[in-house]
This record gives sequence, structure tokens and C-alpha cells, in this order.
Amino acid sequence: MTIAPPKTRLRGVVGESAPRADAPPKVKGEFLYGSDLSREGMLHGATLRSPHAHARIARIDVAAARAMPGVRAVLTSDDLPTREKFGLMRADQPVLATRVVRYVGEPVAIVAADDPEQARLAARAIKVEYEALSAVTDAVAALQADAPKLHDPKDGNVIEDVRVVHGDPDARADVVVEGEYEVAMQDQAALGPEAGLAIPGQDGGVTLHIATQWLHEDLRQIAPCLGLPEEKVRLVLAGVGGAFGAREDVTLQIHVCLLALATKRAVRMTYGREESFYGHVHRHPARMWYRHGATRDGRLVFVRATIVLDGGAYASSTFAVVANAACFGAGPYRVPNALIHAVGAYTNNPPTGAMRGFGAVQSCFGYEAQMDKLAAALGIDPVELRARNALENGDRIITDQPIEGSAPVAEVIRRCAALPLPPRRSSNDPLELPGGAGNLTHGEGVKRGVGFAVGLKNVCYSHAFDDFSTARVRVERDQGGVVARVHTAASEVGQGIVLVCEQIARTELGVQRVIVETPDTTIGSAGSSSASRQTWMTGGAVLAACREVKAELAKRARGRRLEDVDVAELLGTPVERVVTHRHRPTEKRNDTTQNDGHVAFLFAAHRAVVDVDVDTGLVKVVQIATAQDVGKAINPLAVIGQLEGGIAQGLGLAVMEEVQLKDGAVRNASFTDYLLPTMLDMPPVVCDLIEFPHPDAPYGAKGVGEPPTISSTPAIVAAIRAATGRALERVPVRPDDIVFGTSSRSGWRVVAGDDPRGAERVR
Amino acid sequence: MRLRLQVNGTEREAEAREHESLLTVLRERLGLWGSKNACEQGECGSCSVLMDGDLVCACLVLAGAAEGRDVRTVEDLAAGEHLHPVQRAFVDAGAVQCGFCTPGFIVATAALLRDNPEPSDAEIREALSGNICRCTGYGKILEAVHRSAAQGYTS
Repeated sequence: MTIAPPKTRLRGVVGESAPRADAPPKVKGEFLYGSDLSREGMLHGATLRSPHAHARIARIDVAAARAMPGVRAVLTSDDLPTREKFGLMRADQPVLATRVVRYVGEPVAIVAADDPEQARLAARAIKVEYEALSAVTDAVAALQADAPKLHDPKDGNVIEDVRVVHGDPDARADVVVEGEYEVAMQDQAALGPEAGLAIPGQDGGVTLHIATQWLHEDLRQIAPCLGLPEEKVRLVLAGVGGAFGAREDVTLQIHVCLLALATKRAVRMTYGREESFYGHVHRHPARMWYRHGATRDGRLVFVRATIVLDGGAYASSTFAVVANAACFGAGPYRVPNALIHAVGAYTNNPPTGAMRGFGAVQSCFGYEAQMDKLAAALGIDPVELRARNALENGDRIITDQPIEGSAPVAEVIRRCAALPLPPRRSSNDPLELPGGAGNLTHGEGVKRGVGFAVGLKNVCYSHAFDDFSTARVRVERDQGGVVARVHTAASEVGQGIVLVCEQIARTELGVQRVIVETPDTTIGSAGSSSASRQTWMTGGAVLAACREVKAELAKRARGRRLEDVDVAELLGTPVERVVTHRHRPTEKRNDTTQNDGHVAFLFAAHRAVVDVDVDTGLVKVVQIATAQDVGKAINPLAVIGQLEGGIAQGLGLAVMEEVQLKDGAVRNASFTDYLLPTMLDMPPVVCDLIEFPHPDAPYGAKGVGEPPTISSTPAIVAAIRAATGRALERVPVRPDDIVFGTSSRSGWRVVAGDDPRGAERVR
Repeated sequence: MRLRLQVNGTEREAEAREHESLLTVLRERLGLWGSKNACEQGECGSCSVLMDGDLVCACLVLAGAAEGRDVRTVEDLAAGEHLHPVQRAFVDAGAVQCGFCTPGFIVATAALLRDNPEPSDAEIREALSGNICRCTGYGKILEAVHRSAAQGYTS
């Protein structure tokens, strides 16, 4: 028997801030993203899009385009192999517009040519005759009986309608506050453009290298539209330059495959930035009417709300966004009575779908504004009011589901509030003031404000969705010694799931060298990199597979402890295990949404400090403090990266970011006109990670991606209200809103909790 | 047109159309994919390169304007497996998530530290405000710049 060599301490186990394995190639510029892929002799794709929000297509003439130099294929709806539609949760979207277009930017035709310029020019040379139809671009108007119907007239433009009825919705209270709130359309603005490379196969199938959040869901939608069985469509993850929800939906996947199959050549498609604004779904804009009631000593008695979400022209994930807005529509508070009515509507605006926070963002802006109004009405400190109503373990949220495992709501509130405040402003240097180098003030009109907000959201998929992830773990010997290979289909979109998989495998197997392989569809689905779920699900699958591998190694060790043997000695043949991991089942949503629909909940609190120049309406966010319930930080550095990055997007929604629409057309489809936070806009963030492990999650790690984006926005707006005294009922807050107190009312009268289909137009 | 320029110390020739950018030439003609194509109108800095030592957005430089110039891209910084100190600092500080903005930040940081070896927070924020990162919220990038400065940047 050989003596095991002395074991060196493992570097990069669970709980350590290990560096990312994909960081060196990324800093060197060697990491290949979707738009960096190329192949000898490949063609380039381009898309012709609708200029109309709603129109009938009378005629399409592609003769001129087909005759142009370098053009290899021009495809319209007539050329499609099938009539199949696609869509994330409802197949309602044609691959190319058929007879009718429903939004500005809807794909009408696609072209492949020898170079990108020829493809673009050919797309422009396609002649389309449209007959304009009346368009509906106001989601509340779309729900009224007189609105044009965009899909099945029976549905009356309703995509989803969710009612949460809890306790006695007609309960009365001593103190009542109400308000109407608006969240505008936000863009995910991932820096990497939509891009993919399709390579036709000998078998009549196709291989697609694609930047996506969910390979298998893309596959499910792509294959039928190509008229191919799923076995003939192979997907491989290309480098993903950020996602934030925008890559949950199919964009160019089907188009690029169709062009590759039609030309029998490799085809690459890459959207430019302007096209990207039209090509992917955005965050749902929302109109919300809220009514809160409380006792005089500050206990919530009821919450009533009507929430209308603009789903745009196609459904995408509107069903789940509406359900989230409703389920979490009262916040992380003990609310004995509630009535929330949330509806998602079809309109002729660009389609909306997933973005970080997914429904929970919208309602959090509403209920947190209400909590501040209530605090003011009661004369109670806003932080104290929140702490007084904080959910505790065993309490039920308004869907009647008890919170089990961990509910450190009071803890996140207390610890966030206790974080150090920034020093008082000491200089009147314009660079330190709102407007910065614009040199707009020397401090005379600058007022400081502090605001606070708390939010909650589910982790993983809810409402009986079969949520699973598959992992293959293989331990073997090669020239470098013992190596563990981890293969899953989980998309690394920047969040760090590669780190999570690596650190879990290293910890479980005691093997230093861990290689996380490129995700593809040769292994089972991992589900999407969304809903803050990959650590829980794919982390869970890797953990389970590692434990099975370890059991086999233990068997091979014949009674010796694994710590005492040289594992290499046990690997005459490699050990490999494939495990599919599921979380505990959740219940389907019933009519009143009173059931155990969710796996677990995430909580965070944010405190914002702002300086506002009340003369120009400009805001400088001075500091964000946050305490977040993370369960367990597998990699604290990566967790903080998620918190800070999520907060930056929350800051963007609070004061900068809006996809501006006019008659359904995006007016600011560029990074010149769609403002993103830069390093000058983003303040220091003070983080406190709260680790109460969840018993069902791997190492107790709950998932961290979304909460930073949920309550940071309302905290910043609360701070601006505190500084200015303005009501500020919509985000993003614009300079005019601060200087003039511009109203953002919709012009619809809705009683909070009532069906928005009965809304009354008041102006 | 036929374009001749120095790229990362090597004489290169490429075919380019009059309206094409230096970025297109670097990426599509010379296969240097490290400079990224995020906005292609000079707002995000993902395509930052040095041209005759000046920090520029390659997407805003007409290919023809790079004729005869010395262009340095992110690919010029590491020596094989040996990372440049700025690259090392970005890896260690956790300043890389999706990484799409990273090459641009690396080039811009190297240019900053060349001119100002010990920048303050405010100077870093100002100097890198032309680079957009959508993932990190900039905190770790700021830290990475300080770390590279502390390690003594050498070009």
C-alpha cells in the first residue's frame, strides 16, 4: 500500500474569495463572445424590421434585394419551413411577421450576404407595403373594451391576470394612505450585443453557438420553427457579454439558423446597439394604484393595489412577471389583509419580459413609497415602521405561504440602518456636487436626503414549474495529476456560476484542479441563469454529483478514509456521475393565489444618501448602504460584485434609465441617448452580508443576483423625496419632476385593488 | 482601400472600406477580437485602444485615419501567460464579471497610470468615466486601479 502524499491545503474552496478562472482570458482580450466568433467563408445576416407599431402587410417585394451583389438568401414569412410560432411562455410570436406587424422593430425579413454591409443594404432594398392599423400604446387603454385587439379577441389584450386575496380585503384601518405610481421601461443594456454563429451540419441539422441565458429553452423554441427534431439542433454557449434577463428570450437564434440552413453556409448575426434596443425584450413598464391601511401604532392592517404591466406586442414572460408583481406586491411585511390585482396587457409597444428583479422591482417601488407615506402620516420613523412590520420566520406572506428556513427581515433592516453614513459634505467643489464637471452649482441649492427601502423576491421558479438542473462530474487522472471536470448547461453570463461550480467541486472532492467545461445541449438542461437560481439549482446539482462521486471513491478506498489515500491511486478508471437536482415541489397558483407557490425568499435593505440640486433637478447619489440576506456567500468577493452591480442598475432606474417611447417607437435607441450609470454616477457601496444558511440550499446559499436591484431604486427615490419634499411617484426621476414637481398621473382613475378593465378615463 | 499601420509593434496591412472604422479593421480584418463592439458610437469605451499613445475609441476612428499610425490594443499588454500588472489587478480585485467592458477598462487604466501613477478616487472616476460597465457597479474596478497603482505600474 502506498502512503498518501502530504496534502496541501486547497485554495479556492467554498467561502473563499477565489479569483475567476475566466478572468485571465477576459483581461487579455482572448475570451470569445458571440460577436467574436468567425469561421472561414461565413456569411453575415441582417434583419428588416417594421417601422409601424401596428400595420397590415399588403405586399413584400424581395426581387431587388435578391439581385444585389453578395446576397445569398432573402427570407420572408413565405419562405419559412413551418408556421410554428415561438415564445418563452406562450408561442405567440411569428418567426417573421406574417400579414401583420404588431410593434416597431418586429422582424419582417432576413438576409444573408457575403459581408455585413451587403446584408444591411439588401435588407433595406426589400420593399414592403404596409396599411397602417390603429395602435394601442397605453396598457390601461389596451384593457378597455374599445381597444383594438392584438391577438385572440377573446382575451381582450389580457396576457395574464392575477389576483391575490388574503384575509379580509375590505378591512378598515385608522390611517390610510394612497398613491399612483409609475415605473418606466428599463433596458438591460448588456454590453455584449445579441450574437450567434450557425453552422449547418451534414445531417441536415445545425449547430448554433449562441450567447444566451438558457440553451435548452432556446432549443425547445428553435427546433420546431426550423421544422427539425431537437436532436438535429445543437447549441453551444458562446461567451456572454452580460444578460440581466434580455437573453432569456429568443432574438436572432431562429433567424441565423434559418439562414444557415437556406444557404448551407455558416452564418453569423450580430445586432448593433440600435438594433439591440429593438431586438430584445425590456423591463415591463408599470402603472400602480396603492392603498395602505395601518393602526395608529403603526401595524399594517391592509394593502390594496392594482398593477398594470405593459407586456408589449408579444407575451414573453409576462405571465410570471405579473404573478411576481402580485405575490410580492405588499413587500416583506406582515400584512393580514390584502387584495392585489395585477394584469399584464398586450400593447403595440416593444415586447417586455425578463429583467433582473422581474416584477418584484415594479411593485417594490410602489409599496415602499407607500410605507414612507404611512410613516409620515403616523409620525413614525420610516425605518422603525418597517422594522415593526417585518416578516419573521413562520409568518405568512400575502399568498398565505409561511416563510420557512430563514426570514431575517428585521435583521437586514437593523444592520443596514446601522452601517456608517458618509461624512457631511465638506466642500463646494462642483466636481463633488450634482452636475459634476458641468459646473452647475457651488452648493447653494444642494440639499441632502436619506432614504430607506426593503424588498423581497422568490428564488428559483415558482408555481409548480418543474425546475431542475443537471450536472456531470468526472474525476480522472491525466498528466497533471487528478482533475475534476464539471459539465452543466448553466450559462455563465458574468454572474459567476463557473466559480460556484468550481468551488463546490473543489470543496466536496478535495481536488485542487477543477475544470468547468463549456455549456452545451449534450447534457441535460440547467434551467435559465435567472431568478437568482443557478447557485441553488446548478450548485445543488454539482454538489449532489460530487457526493455520488465521493461515495464511489470511498468504495474504491476499501475502508480507508479518503483523507488518508492518494486519490490518484483510486482512479485506474475515471469516476463519473450525472445528477439531476430538483428543489422541493411548489404549488400551482389558484384563483386567489393562496398557496405555497414559491421555494424560498430573498431579502435586502438599502439606504441611500443623495445630494440634490433643487435648482437644476440634478441628483448625485453619495452613498448606498445595503444589508442582504445571502444564506451563505460561496465567494464573498463575487457576492459583493453582484450586490454592487445590481445596485448600479437600481440607481439607473431611479434617476437615469428609460426607454422612451413615442407611438410605440423607441426614441433613444443608443448609449448616447439611453443613459447608463458611469463611474462618476455610482457612489461607494457599503455592504453587510447576512449569512443565515437556508436548510434546502447548497451550503445554505440562497442566491443573490436580484435583491440589489429591487430595493435600491425606491431607497434612492425616498432620499430624493427627503431632500426635496417632492412626491416623485415615477421612476426614473427626471430633473423636471424635481424642479417643477411634474405630475406623472396616467389620466386613469382606478380604485386600488379593483379590476383595471373598469378604469375610468379622467383626462 | 489598402491600409497600412503598426499594430502592437508589427507592420500590418488590411483591406478597408472608406466608411469603416479602425475597430472593424482590428476585429474583422486582423482578427484582433479583444477590442469590443458594444455601442459603436464612442459612448462605452469597450473598444479603447492607444493610437500614437493617445487613448481613443477605435469605433470613432475612421480606418483611413489610422494609416501609418501606431496602434496598441489590449492584446499588446500581456506577455504570454504573464499578465500585465493592470490585468493582474483586475483579476485579483474581482473587477471582471461578464468581461465585455474589461479590455477597454484595461487599456484606459494603463493609459491613466502611464500619465498619473498615483491617481485619487476622483481622478480615476473622471478618467474612466468614458468606459461603461454594466455588471460590477465599478467598486471593484476602482479598487483594481488602486491596486495596479500600488504595485507600481510599468509599461
